[in-house]
Amino acid sequence: MKVHEYQAKDLLRAAGVAVPDGIVITSPDEAAAAFTKLGGGLIVVKAQVHAGGRGKGVAIGPEVDRALALEIASGVKPRPDGMAKGVQLVKTAEAATHAAASLLGKTLVTYQTGAVGQAITKVLITVGHDIVKELYLGLAVDRALQMPVLMATTEGGVDIEQVAHETPEKIHREPIDVGLGLQDFQARKICKALGLSGPTAVNGAKFLKNFVKFFLDTDASLAEINPLIVTDKGEVLALDAKLNFDDNAMFRHKDIAALIDVAEEDPNELRAGQSGLSYVSLDGDIACLVNGAGLAMSTMDLIKYHGGEPANFLDVGGGANKDQVLEAFRILLGDPNVKAVLVNIFGGIMRCDTIAAAILAAYDEIDFTIPLVVRLEGTNVEAGKKLLDESGRKIITAVGLTDAAKKVVAAAKGAA
Amino acid sequence: MSILVGKETRLICQGITGKAGAFHSEQCRDYGTSLVGGVTPGRGGQTTLGVPVFDTCHEAVEKTGCNATMIFVPPPGAADAILEAADAGIELIVAITEGIPVLDMARAVDYLRAHHPRARLIGPNCPGVITPGACKIGIMPGYIHKPGRVGLVSRSGTLTYEGVWQLTSLGIGQSTCVGIGGDPVNGTSFSEVLMMFEDDPDTDAILMMGEIGGNAEELAAGLKASGKITKPMAAFIAGQTAPPGKRMGHAGAIISGGSGKASDKIDALEAAGIRVAKSPADMGATLKAVLR
Repeated sequence: MKVHEYQAKDLLRAAGVAVPDGIVITSPDEAAAAFTKLGGGLIVVKAQVHAGGRGKGVAIGPEVDRALALEIASGVKPRPDGMAKGVQLVKTAEAATHAAASLLGKTLVTYQTGAVGQAITKVLITVGHDIVKELYLGLAVDRALQMPVLMATTEGGVDIEQVAHETPEKIHREPIDVGLGLQDFQARKICKALGLSGPTAVNGAKFLKNFVKFFLDTDASLAEINPLIVTDKGEVLALDAKLNFDDNAMFRHKDIAALIDVAEEDPNELRAGQSGLSYVSLDGDIACLVNGAGLAMSTMDLIKYHGGEPANFLDVGGGANKDQVLEAFRILLGDPNVKAVLVNIFGGIMRCDTIAAAILAAYDEIDFTIPLVVRLEGTNVEAGKKLLDESGRKIITAVGLTDAAKKVVAAAKGAA
Repeated sequence: MSILVGKETRLICQGITGKAGAFHSEQCRDYGTSLVGGVTPGRGGQTTLGVPVFDTCHEAVEKTGCNATMIFVPPPGAADAILEAADAGIELIVAITEGIPVLDMARAVDYLRAHHPRARLIGPNCPGVITPGACKIGIMPGYIHKPGRVGLVSRSGTLTYEGVWQLTSLGIGQSTCVGIGGDPVNGTSFSEVLMMFEDDPDTDAILMMGEIGGNAEELAAGLKASGKITKPMAAFIAGQTAPPGKRMGHAGAIISGGSGKASDKIDALEAAGIRVAKSPADMGATLKAVLR
């Protein structure tokens, strides 16, 4: 689960991790008061959307072509004067109001949002600082080591994947013992690697220890501070903060779970999750409904291998019942690009005739106007196939994966 | 004796009084697994499926002599159940539970390494382990398997069944099939299972089914490339069409930061001399082609 920057900073501040003061607003009318309350001077106005690339992103109204906006946000085309950036520096209350008005109610397009963009409903007004150093911190579980690893580099403010690719030696990696957390010597070691000394290193070590403790205490899955800044006063602050949390642990963090912004989530993925389905939308035209994640991924691969393009990943789980199949069909058919549907079920404990009955019941409740190919294998497969073949519905049955793929690809092309 | 499980395995189920635990315990027993008891805290003294239920794993070990456990405990208590089993001295711990927090698993594997290095954890979020005709621990349908000499290891559930079924349909039996699970942090890696198959006199060849995310497949390929695995191997990698940054059902199936891509895994496997099936329909045939 992702949270907004302002939410991440609130959580970090409460955990003793230093972040610049800030106020989140939802209307330009609140900007001037926020500017004054923060003490004026140099103030930063930041659009709050989950996607990265906000600084180079552009806030646009409906009159601007989205594809053009994406080219500007990606640096392919120059930004015209007057087109608002997602992050703006202001020095007066009037400018703060103007900046907030240029963002709120608009759509932010960044290289990460794609041309569709993301609606801006909240803006963070935050204190600007005189920056001496821009650093980077990232914390995530390393799968090979099976423990969290803190990554730190002096190359802050840039794309960390690029640093990892081009100059991996510049990234200091510190494994974290999940029982002990970050030890003092580790904090000193990282501060040294980041070139911090004297009182700044003391501030840095405190930041690091509280940051790691926060990660472990909240079941974060990714915590990224980019940039981590050192100010002219020797403060160490999180200028930006990106936090993801482990969905599977949210049962014990109700306060964090409540921070979800459904407007940022794919509505179909949310809807699928509510029915115990796992769904990811793709660009193709052949929808698939499969039991099990590995087989669902393989079914996408199979469609592609036979010249088709999968429209989605959909795992109905181990015990697909009629209601789940019905909801799955509704989600799949809600995608206007879909020209054919492939159901691929390996009935293990779940019997194929039970699944066939669920498919038929769901089929009858839905106005199926495109071809449906069903491949069943496993327990009671003959009974299941017989149910489908003798149902009188326009269902194409297939034997084996290859036969199923060929039939659904042909059906999608025929319907095109 | 194949690997991990066989006729001498004496199984208990943690969570045996829950719906899934009871159902699958019965299925395992009906397959021929020696089911000797179950554990549900607070339900000690009851009998279910004709076997005794205990409050603790320690009691179960003492009274039944069990040497394996199958865990169906819901996610909030699952890591604790794993540790309890290890603390009680149970050698093989098969965790079926899906949805355990990643940091719980990181703490659990750390604890096992430090305090119970001999305990073998399979999973979590896995279908289990089966030695066809001898012992089934998990949720896989028993009848699709056939006793034989091919070892199978996979991160998936139904895709494993697909692979097993293809082998069985080709008349190729299996020595042991191991589902290591689809979570980012798990108890046993591909590499560890491959070494067990290498050392197993009852296994002649290995079929490995991987997927996007992490680098466990690349590490496994390294074993083959360095000659530590000498037995013929075939493989399949799921998720060749998966977009980056999206979790594909399994918590661990995600391409992040440009790593974990299917193409990189396939390249590493092929470079190591492992034949990779291009289509999931050809997993069985690809394995057949490498059999000596």
